[in-house]
Amino acid sequence: MKDVVMHYCPGCTHGIAHRLVGEVIDELGIAAKTIGISPVGCAVFAYNYFNVDFQQAAHGRAPAVATGIKRVLPDRVVFSYQGDGDLASIGTAEIVHAAARGEKITVVFINNAVYGMTSGQMAPTTLLGQVTTTTPGGRDPSRAGYPIRIAEMLATLDGAAYIARVSLHNPANVARARRAILKAFKVQMLDLGFSLVEVLSICPTNWGLAPQASLKWVEEMMIPTFTLGELKSPAEVG
Amino acid sequence: MKGNEAVGEAAVRAGCRYFFGYPITPQNEIPEYMSRRLPAVGGVFLQAESEVAAINMVYGAAGAGARVMTSSSGPGISLKSEGISYIAAAELPCVIVNMVRGGPGLGSIQPAQSDYFQATKGGGHGDYRLVVLAPASVQEMVDLVMDAFDVADEYRNPVMIMGDGILGQMMEPVEFKERPFSAPREKPWATTGANGRAANLINSLYIDPEVLEKHNLHLAEKYRTISGKEVRYEVVDPGDSEYFLVAYGTTSRICRSVMQKARETGIRAGLIRPITLWPFPYKALEEATRRAKGFLTVEMSCGQMVEDVRLAVCGRAPVRFYGRTGGMIPQPQAILEQLVSLVEGGV
Ligand SMILES: Cc1ncc(C[n+]2csc(CCOP(=O)(O)OP(=O)(O)O)c2C)c(N)n1
Ligand code: SF4
Repeated sequence: MKDVVMHYCPGCTHGIAHRLVGEVIDELGIAAKTIGISPVGCAVFAYNYFNVDFQQAAHGRAPAVATGIKRVLPDRVVFSYQGDGDLASIGTAEIVHAAARGEKITVVFINNAVYGMTSGQMAPTTLLGQVTTTTPGGRDPSRAGYPIRIAEMLATLDGAAYIARVSLHNPANVARARRAILKAFKVQMLDLGFSLVEVLSICPTNWGLAPQASLKWVEEMMIPTFTLGELKSPAEVG
Repeated sequence: MKGNEAVGEAAVRAGCRYFFGYPITPQNEIPEYMSRRLPAVGGVFLQAESEVAAINMVYGAAGAGARVMTSSSGPGISLKSEGISYIAAAELPCVIVNMVRGGPGLGSIQPAQSDYFQATKGGGHGDYRLVVLAPASVQEMVDLVMDAFDVADEYRNPVMIMGDGILGQMMEPVEFKERPFSAPREKPWATTGANGRAANLINSLYIDPEVLEKHNLHLAEKYRTISGKEVRYEVVDPGDSEYFLVAYGTTSRICRSVMQKARETGIRAGLIRPITLWPFPYKALEEATRRAKGFLTVEMSCGQMVEDVRLAVCGRAPVRFYGRTGGMIPQPQAILEQLVSLVEGGV
């Protein structure tokens, strides 16, 4: 990681997720051969924080960009870092097909149930009843459909080797998240296929909640819809 | 060799080892050829889930330092426009082939030249330019595809080959000239893993308007350099021409025979054929205005390149347009009639 101040809002867990990815890259000793891809969304500036090569991708297209890099440089480690608007909305086709092809890339998927950067509109992951700037009366499934469970959906694909959902709402879960991200990178390094870790993250700014209350909201409101755990894990990485 | 296959072979011989594409008629023989040929030379062919994904794979591969190509036709190029804008902004070299079909919308699968605006005036958002090369034969397609990779690397800019359904499907003998094809260039800016050097970044985001303006001015300067150095055209002029046909690609072939026919009837006709559609050969046309009494622009569109011809001629002589569209091909007799009426004083 670079020694710079991050631009994220106070309390936002994007910073923790970055830190975990950085620690994993260092633990594996792969910084010299890692290429990251930043999304469109609050994490667009991820390249300012990781001291590794980076490409910035168009909204939702990071898995395709990652595919291009990895096919040219199969012995490097390629990861994308994407929000839920980026990955689960405009970029659904790219993520589904990268997983289906079994692209040997690692995706860190930040699910904060809203579009953060564009100021809190509904995301595909927005909970039923959740108030956002474009669901002012709460998300009504008859008008706005149902939340997408990306981890479950991708786990059905044969090309997906490792799929897990973790959360950052307390220290024990942060430790679990770190282990999952470590595994996801190992899966790529062992050439086993596509790996993705869905990370439940908070957006205090757009949820209109203090950071502490946001963490509680994840535990009480998000986890019942987005169950934590490993959905798919190859025997080789335990 | 068939035009589309020749495109594939030329790319491979130019050192292209990566191809990302999505099927669309009339260019399917390009990805099909690459799917057979690339694995045999240690390269990668990948059929993407969409044109959007294909061009973004190109972005990734080009950023990783590879010679990479994609191909499509009208509707597919529209989808690729998002990625092309990003590639131009991030200054990545790549080759994009458009075998133009009739549009707008789903249009037809017949040949057309109606993507001229899209290719030369933008297509995607923002201040950017593509180098656009318009071959008129299978041989020229081969030569220009090879040049395209060098031009792309030289300027770190996407280069488009603009053909059409006829050129793609046409069979003509080709010669693959042994060329000292530029050894893979050093690309110190590529994201290949930092490994000892400072981390590289490929990006098109400049949140500070002053910085973005600087970037745009840098791009504009690059486009000025390209305009100065890379203009290509052909003038067929026995030295006495009074009237010029202006056409590119397939229509230039038809106009070549019209020119002969016109001379048989006593009209001193010449032909100006832009090979680079951008940068456009404004000067060549401007020079022709010194003696020309009129220009007839012929296109397979409702009139797109004619706007650039008018800009170049700048009112110094009449500029007439004749075009067929929707996949129809202009017939020599009809073109000749237009020329005759231009000579007789109509504008
Ligand atoms: C093609 C395109 N459409 C829309 C946008 C505007 N946009 C920027 S960020 C964003 C939402 C990102 O939300 P998310 O991926 O959930 O990330 P977060 O900001 O919550 O971290 C949108 C819609 C864009 N940049 N490009
Ligand atoms: S808007 Fe939300 S997701 Fe974005 S930095 Fe702020 S708190 Fe984090």
